[in-house]
Amino acid sequence: MNVTRIARRLAGQAHAGHARGGLRRRDFLKLTALAGGGLAVSWVVPSVLAEDAQAAPGKGADPSPFVTINPDNTVEIRVNRLDFGQGALTALPMLLAEELEVDWSQVSASLAPAGDAYKDPLFGIQMTGGSTAVAHSWTQYREVGATLRTMLIAAAAEQWQVSVSSCTASAGMVRSGAHQASYASLAAAAAKLPVPDRVVLKSPSAYRIIGRGQRRLDAVAGASGRKNYGIDMRLPGMKVAVLLRAPTFGGQVESFDATQAKAIKGVRDVFEIATDRGGTGVAVIADGYWPAKQARDALQVKWKAGTGGTVSSDALLASYREAAKNPRATALAADVSAAATAAKHVGGEFQFPYLAHAPMETLNATFEVKPDRATVWAGTQFQTIDQGAVAQTLGLKPEQVSLITLPAGGGFGRRAVPTSDYLREGAAIARAWSGRQGAQAGALKVMWSREDDIKGGYYRPAHLHQVDVALDAQGRVLAWDHVIVGQSILQGTPFEAMMVKDGVDATMVEGVVENTYAMPMRLRVTHPQVAVPVLWWRSVGNTHTAFVMETMVDEVARAAGTDPVAWRLARLDPKKHARHIAALQLAVDKSGYGKPLPAGHAWGVAIHESFGSVVCYVVDVSISQGRPKVHQVTAGVHANQVVNPSAAEAQIQGGAVFGLAMTLPGFEITLKDGVVEQSQFADYPPPRITDAPPVAVFFVPSEDPPTGLGEPGVPAIAPAIANALAALTGKRLRKLPFDLTAA
Amino acid sequence: MTTLNINGQTFEVDADPSTPLLWVLRDTLGMTGTKFGCGVALCGACTVHLKGQPVRSCVTPISAAAGPITTIEGIDKGRVGKAVQAAWVTHDVAQCGYCQSGQIMSATGLLETNKAPTDADIDAAMSGNLCRCGTYQRIRMAIHDAAKSLA
Repeated sequence: MNVTRIARRLAGQAHAGHARGGLRRRDFLKLTALAGGGLAVSWVVPSVLAEDAQAAPGKGADPSPFVTINPDNTVEIRVNRLDFGQGALTALPMLLAEELEVDWSQVSASLAPAGDAYKDPLFGIQMTGGSTAVAHSWTQYREVGATLRTMLIAAAAEQWQVSVSSCTASAGMVRSGAHQASYASLAAAAAKLPVPDRVVLKSPSAYRIIGRGQRRLDAVAGASGRKNYGIDMRLPGMKVAVLLRAPTFGGQVESFDATQAKAIKGVRDVFEIATDRGGTGVAVIADGYWPAKQARDALQVKWKAGTGGTVSSDALLASYREAAKNPRATALAADVSAAATAAKHVGGEFQFPYLAHAPMETLNATFEVKPDRATVWAGTQFQTIDQGAVAQTLGLKPEQVSLITLPAGGGFGRRAVPTSDYLREGAAIARAWSGRQGAQAGALKVMWSREDDIKGGYYRPAHLHQVDVALDAQGRVLAWDHVIVGQSILQGTPFEAMMVKDGVDATMVEGVVENTYAMPMRLRVTHPQVAVPVLWWRSVGNTHTAFVMETMVDEVARAAGTDPVAWRLARLDPKKHARHIAALQLAVDKSGYGKPLPAGHAWGVAIHESFGSVVCYVVDVSISQGRPKVHQVTAGVHANQVVNPSAAEAQIQGGAVFGLAMTLPGFEITLKDGVVEQSQFADYPPPRITDAPPVAVFFVPSEDPPTGLGEPGVPAIAPAIANALAALTGKRLRKLPFDLTAA
Repeated sequence: MTTLNINGQTFEVDADPSTPLLWVLRDTLGMTGTKFGCGVALCGACTVHLKGQPVRSCVTPISAAAGPITTIEGIDKGRVGKAVQAAWVTHDVAQCGYCQSGQIMSATGLLETNKAPTDADIDAAMSGNLCRCGTYQRIRMAIHDAAKSLA
């Protein structure tokens, strides 16, 4: 696998130019005629990446269907990603169907299981993250469609003894003069033809599907309760397991009494089991979730610290302040001595808490373990890594583990865990259950409660930023001195070697280190070791860096007596940042920015690039009962070619709400003596419909290869709101979530 | 044994009377359209109708569930439920879709009693239903649209 590429994309740093990812000629498509007409097109992959092929020559040759043309001429397309709301289930089939020349109404789609054929063509592993689904498979899915269309046309031309150029393909039919035939009827002949070396892709002007809003392919199933998620798995004889973890990360069971737990009807077994981070816990197996949870609540457990930490948030903040005085590594060097002659300084300390992802569907996985093989069903973002982790936990080889991808009810990064925490724990429980029950064990669904989820770690790390911007008498920036303290996400993972350079984790400094406004900027960092597991959280480092940069820029502009939009336009490089300028201008024009607002309202603006896309928000905000009230959000977005405008708009609207959460009172994870203090939506409250502003989304038209959309909507909303609030109150908010009483 | 009337069908359920309706639906009867989100009536993912009223099935024991129950699997049998489902599809409301069963049940409950809700009415009726994907804007649009189609 290509860890550099993976880590860069997860860190939002890859550039659009990298994202080609077409078919490789060393791979080949295999067409198989189906009985009764129809055709299955498999992608036989010796290996997806050259470096893997060198590492494991001859491995693979796993024919896995990418697309099937059924005898009734309908088309089924396999999607090589998890769909957890971002719309890959629909967008990738749109690409293939566009080139195949079938009607959208003929198309259905399903999520692919773990398999070599479904590895990301650039990452070299099967995964969903870094807003890459469309960006990385843009060429791949179109080439599969175009290859198949070319072969169906060739089969028709041969059958009718006409030239290929006289044939046209549309709506699943090939036509030439008076001849016409369905794809299904041509399938057997096409399967015998050689796969062309090269195919011509359509020009954007010929698109019929790409660029036109298509509703989700699972919309009808979803609206009728028929869409099955991981948590909905049911198998004959299946039991449900829950796990009682220690109150501290890595804590261990000293002793436990399960007498009361075992007395509950439907409880099958209770046993101690190894948990994540060197801890131990107690697993309960029951006929269903309710008895399992009841029994867990009835367990009497005495805990010991084990490897568990004793972190408290207040002490952690103090230690981060101390660490900021002597940063250990330099991410960006600059001469900041001019600060000594400054007429004025702006800036200060910024604080960001730990954040839980809290997807609506809590973590779960279902296991069926046999002596020589296993099947796991999960809505995971990390199929290849998780398949390996499950295999290792079960004492099997990866190829002995079938991993079936099921749709997930959100994830936001929590289902892309380098340690595979929830799958390793689940597999350990399933293995122990199998060992204790023998052949009668059957399938086991391991479920997390909401409390498990909120308390379960793998949070967006807490951060402290300290920024000192030195200005001259005209308000020009003489020096920008920036320090960030926060845990490294990548330390201790397979990505560390490539992505933690000279003591700097790229996922922490993204969004600052680009120095978009070309200032004399020094950036120094420290990554403290803290016994709290951390992870990427939708848009990763940009969740905090965008806030600091875009509120500071607003402050600097106002200190210079300049309108913040004009300030940005003056600093953005028209060549390097043409997309920024276009997105900013679009949001400004569509919002009416600068026009007078009702009394008590103010405009706020922020713009940020992440995952190859630029999002600018212009907001209209007032303060109502001590809380910010966002009346309208206008988004200007540059994401190059938009494949599915309906889903793209939804990602920006949803991203804005997701980012808004960071500002809401109570939306923070705190610890006391190593114990997480929150546990439910009551004390960790995400936005509700009453918090959600209308978001009008506008895309800059483009035919360039698509860039990310799943995450880029998140970063710029909180700073835009903070900038509006600063305009209203004259006070700068530097702590998330907002506390207006302190401002 | 507890007798439950769900979507017009009668079920005899052998479960402790204190068992929440949610887990009888999901684990005993295999009706997994009703979702688990929090277990303490804070997120609305488990919303069903009991005697026509939206209730959180995760905190409704089966002993208190006498009376007709409607779940997402049966909501299309009513005119309002059908209109709400259609509007949900037309407006492509769902992202991950996990909370949407509960959203549709709450929205149907609203439109059963209020034929032309304002945005404020919608916010009040829907504020118990969390959506982490942030589909709220389309939820409002779909409810207005369903109201229009029913008028």
